[in-house]
Amino acid sequence: MKKELELYLHIPFCARKCAYCDFLSGTADEKMQQEYVDALIREIHEYRSVYHDKYEITTIFVGGGTPSILTGTQILKIFEALYQSFQVAEGAEITMEVNPGTVTNEKLHFWKQAGINRLSIGLQSVNNEELRMLGRIHTYQDFLNTYKAAREYGFQNINVDLISAIPGQTLESWKKTLSTVTELEPEHISAYSLIVEEGTPFYQWYGSSAEAGEEKEYYPLPSDKKGDTHPALPDEDTERAIYELTAELLAQSGYNRYEISNYAKKGYACRHNLGYWERKEYLGIGLGASSLVNHTRYHNTTDYEKYMEGIIEQKEIYEEVEKLTLSDEIEEYIFLGLRKTEGISVKEFERQFGKGITDIYKEELEKLGAAGLLIGSWDRLYLTSRGINVSNAVFVEFLDPCLNEEI
Amino acid sequence: MSGIDQSKIRNFCIIAHIDHGKSTLADRIIEMTGLLTSREMQSQVLDNMELERERGITIKAQTVRTVYKAKNGEEYVFNLIDTPGHVDFNYEVSRSLAACDGAILVVDAAQGVEAQTLANVYLALDHDLDVVPVINKIDLPSADADRVKEEIEDVIGLDAEDAPLISAKTGLNVEDVLEQIVQKIPAPLGDSAAPLQALIFDSLYDSYKGVIVFCRIKEGTVRKGTTIQMMATKAKADVVEVGYFGAGQFIPCEELSAGMVGYITASLKNVKDTRVGDTITNAQNPCAKPLPGYKKVNPMVYCGLYPADGAKYPDLRDALEKLQLNDAALQFEAETSVALGFGFRCGFLGLLHLEIIQERLEREYNLDLVTTAPSVIYKVYKTNGEEIDLTNPTNLPDPAEIEYMEEPVVKAEIMVTSEFIGAIMDLCQERRGIYQGMEYIEEKRAVLNYHLPLNEIIYDFFDALKSRSRGYASFDYEMLGYEKSELVKLDILINKEEVDALSFIVHSETAYERGRKMCEKLKEEIPRQLFEIPIQAAVGSKIIARETVRAMRKDVLAKCYGGDISRKKKLLEKQKEGKKRMRQVGNVEIPQKAFMSVLKLDED
Repeated sequence: MKKELELYLHIPFCARKCAYCDFLSGTADEKMQQEYVDALIREIHEYRSVYHDKYEITTIFVGGGTPSILTGTQILKIFEALYQSFQVAEGAEITMEVNPGTVTNEKLHFWKQAGINRLSIGLQSVNNEELRMLGRIHTYQDFLNTYKAAREYGFQNINVDLISAIPGQTLESWKKTLSTVTELEPEHISAYSLIVEEGTPFYQWYGSSAEAGEEKEYYPLPSDKKGDTHPALPDEDTERAIYELTAELLAQSGYNRYEISNYAKKGYACRHNLGYWERKEYLGIGLGASSLVNHTRYHNTTDYEKYMEGIIEQKEIYEEVEKLTLSDEIEEYIFLGLRKTEGISVKEFERQFGKGITDIYKEELEKLGAAGLLIGSWDRLYLTSRGINVSNAVFVEFLDPCLNEEI
Repeated sequence: MSGIDQSKIRNFCIIAHIDHGKSTLADRIIEMTGLLTSREMQSQVLDNMELERERGITIKAQTVRTVYKAKNGEEYVFNLIDTPGHVDFNYEVSRSLAACDGAILVVDAAQGVEAQTLANVYLALDHDLDVVPVINKIDLPSADADRVKEEIEDVIGLDAEDAPLISAKTGLNVEDVLEQIVQKIPAPLGDSAAPLQALIFDSLYDSYKGVIVFCRIKEGTVRKGTTIQMMATKAKADVVEVGYFGAGQFIPCEELSAGMVGYITASLKNVKDTRVGDTITNAQNPCAKPLPGYKKVNPMVYCGLYPADGAKYPDLRDALEKLQLNDAALQFEAETSVALGFGFRCGFLGLLHLEIIQERLEREYNLDLVTTAPSVIYKVYKTNGEEIDLTNPTNLPDPAEIEYMEEPVVKAEIMVTSEFIGAIMDLCQERRGIYQGMEYIEEKRAVLNYHLPLNEIIYDFFDALKSRSRGYASFDYEMLGYEKSELVKLDILINKEEVDALSFIVHSETAYERGRKMCEKLKEEIPRQLFEIPIQAAVGSKIIARETVRAMRKDVLAKCYGGDISRKKKLLEKQKEGKKRMRQVGNVEIPQKAFMSVLKLDED
């Protein structure tokens, strides 16, 4: 039987970098984009010999950056290469990330032709002022046009990305965003709470602690000449209210929360992302992409020049190769698995690692249970809603499992 | 070197306020007396400890012998004895001075006479040294030699008419200084045939030679084989080697005789046996009495030093033992804290001394330390007649058993320009100072005299002084003695549990204010945790201040992308590392630097 494998393709280009974004992406001219697509196709071809006969591809995810910035033909060429190098399973979930304002009917046509069956559209907010604040290139109307066009072209599985706790956001404006979006009935909604990441303009404006409620001096974005001040981040109480309202409102509209920030209608949970959280094997293709194959994690270089050179000269493009230890895998299994609302299975843990989770983490489980952060029920261990809110603090407890002692 | 004509020896030191150019002038003198070529010169030959160079100060007194050919054609032997430049090392300064016959006083041509200048000059005059003033940094645009000359004459009462106007940096007129050393500093006296009487002004431990004693021979002669005895510590040993000081090296010679400065090694294992200020004599033919002025230096400031990683406790002990070989003033004994585990209560001459030791432990011995708030030594008189020297606030007896307490008080001289007098007087007032008087030393500058409790100045007094005078005030102090005081122990409770390492002694009138600030500070230092944490300050059973660290509400990572789990894991690991740098007290994690919070109460 063939092994299952997920594919991730990274497209590191965007029309303009958003003020909060710390992903590996940037602007590039058409020549550079074409050059990258050619390299990506060469990389895909390289994998044929190893993967074609042994693996079956269950999901594909094209992320970025803004993959929809590429031309329809470029996407089609990439997929032609994929189908040559890999055997893609019948009914595989094939997602592409899309930015409103970069989509044309022609592109939609090519995507459909390429076999893409799921679109993930970055909307973030229905409030144009909030969109401008985030440094997005589109308005709500742009999104609506893209969304409707996608439906017209027959895309029946659409995710809408939203961000809460945007500077200046109120409970009311967030409610408006949620209700407007749920009325459109996308199959899936991702609702992330804004994190101010280092190295972003937001970090300059709001600092590491991102203390709520403080107005900061305004530094205009390169393409943004309006000279008003940056609105404050919502204060902590508002932020929490927003967070709780999200789960509540989405549940009322029939979206089931299956992960910390992800909601889906029945049967539409994102299989690709679930794959990560369940530690399925995946192959990352392109600049900065990571893979997990044979208990080893590979990291492609994040240096564009090195990547291009590596592909052209057929040299290694890994920046780092980590052979995962049992302890690494146990940690990952827990902190990834607990992201899911259904949590992890005690039996499955024991099957995979040959050790009982309650033996390894006896103290931690008791402590977290007593603190009301974690619940154990029959076979399952899962976070309480309070545990979800402070999930990092919970995950930290599971690092460095004690495996050497008598257990 | 033996048989040198006593009349051709000049034993002197350089005294100056900090940054007035003492070390630079020393370098220049060494360079110009031809002991080293320019190429061999490191920028500051005298400061050979890495740490000293970075701080720009001299910690350990060192000394150099150079040979100068004067304009009269004669060769003179100069023994330049370096003195430490900080009030913490006052006693060592006084012993170095006692080894000299004269002193060069360096005064900055722009800044003029400062508090340390005065303190050092008085110290030098106390030792009957002939003081030769020199005006340095004459090449600065803001230099005003005439004004500074006047100041030296008016304030210190030294004749500055012939004071060389120099730039130690460029070497300008340093030749004049050398000539004045020959002319104005007297040659040493003493009889080489008399019983040995030598003053120890420093010592250091060398792993090959054992203790190396730096001394000035006042009377008599010492050579290899002489059985010597330290008159205060009674330690006896046979001399293995005598010699003098090249720049950065020891040069053995036949003998050291009256008037000379040099070193002795005598298979001594510990600097404790060779206390600075003690007198060395010949055990077979002892001198009648020791040289005056010996005292055992005692620590003034104590704090707890704990290894951040409890497993490093033995390493910390080893490191402290090694440092103590070279530093008789450093004291330590084992102690245990509920919050911090096993560590040591260490005694220091002052806060600078503490910082130096702390930095050396961290840098040279790679130890990560948690330091508790420094404390002075309080005297506790109990109702049962018992008297305790309290070095650790935790050990304060029950208030019911205490008759009264005393705290150390210093006599402080603060020199300040007139516009800041008000601000500085306010500061002294806040620090419980008692005004003793003020003298104008010139139209716009005055010396303020205060009696201040030592515990009010060891923390951040110097910084506060600088910030309230825009850097203009200078400061010097000496111990006055102990005075009765209304003192209480302020305890800190975190999540209702008393944290012993955070307790400190305060005056009852400032307890409320300190308690409040301490709680505020700790609230900033302690990160939010999974539950709410009350922070309380208490005197006895009475809570006098409270703050609350709210429970952590959100701690979620952003989008986990493209399967880059490692990146996420690294963030979690970083978070875990952060936890490791915390101390678990009850179920609260307290960052290690929070234990020094009490030092920063006056920052705002």
